[in-house]
Amino acid sequence: MSDALLVPIEHQFDDAVQQREAATMGMWLFIATEILFFGGMFLGYTAYRHAYPVPFAEASRHTLIAFGATNTAVLLISSTVMAFAVRVASQNRRRLLGLLLFVTASLGILFLVIKGLEYAHEIHEGLLPGRAFHIDAADPQHAELFFYIYWLMTGVHALHVTIGVVLITFFAFRAWFRDAFRNHDTPVELLGLYWHFVDIVWVFLFPLIYMIDRHS
Amino acid sequence: MNAPSARTYFFTGIALIAFLALTVAAAYIDLGPLNTAVAMAISLAKGALIVLFFMHIRYSKPILWVFVGAGFFWLGIMLVLAMSDYMSRGWN
Repeated sequence: MSDALLVPIEHQFDDAVQQREAATMGMWLFIATEILFFGGMFLGYTAYRHAYPVPFAEASRHTLIAFGATNTAVLLISSTVMAFAVRVASQNRRRLLGLLLFVTASLGILFLVIKGLEYAHEIHEGLLPGRAFHIDAADPQHAELFFYIYWLMTGVHALHVTIGVVLITFFAFRAWFRDAFRNHDTPVELLGLYWHFVDIVWVFLFPLIYMIDRHS
Repeated sequence: MNAPSARTYFFTGIALIAFLALTVAAAYIDLGPLNTAVAMAISLAKGALIVLFFMHIRYSKPILWVFVGAGFFWLGIMLVLAMSDYMSRGWN
């Protein structure tokens, strides 16, 4: 029996190739809605930074760039591991696939732990907007606006990372114990697209949050 | 789809980390208003590497280029039109 016969083809598709392309297009359509979802927040950031450039620069210097840079490296490495996972999925190497997905999920958890430590430090410093907000800046009101946007955007991003970690862990177990993606690696490919998208959002958040004005 | 080789993924990963080092280094040099432009240019380069190689768009059919392009094009419409309004009307 040839491998191709093992792929279940839904009745609306001509063949496995068309089915796979339709799934990939659907995932990109979802990612387009995610681009616009995050885009609204990026627009809010841009408009307020344009209106209050000095308080934003001052507030940005209160963020922990070492944590931010480390987390960027963690996500970039996890994306690279995920790319290899998608590759081995197409080669039907289930143990290696399970292992690489597990490494990807672990790096996602490391990202969340580092982000959590950073949040804890910021709450301790009084940088969480609200009644207890406190910052040593010339215009604390608009510095607080920066931190409002900071918590919103990094929080929504962290939620996406959390969803990714849960899905990737689930996929890792399914690959390792059930060999669930043999000749059916499209789900792994789509999961990879989601994870890479979450990585791209962070690639843009990182300079906008941590590095508005570091040289003065 | 011609899947990219393991070598391609490896070097894409190395390039992404190199860009990260570059963007942090550039932030500590005073380039005036160019600092943000440089940071955004590096982020665009990183994003392009991820989309083209990790997300396989480099190896995909034109229809997928349209889907990906549409997402970013509409984001561009939102940012450019909204900001042209804020920047030209004395909003403060």
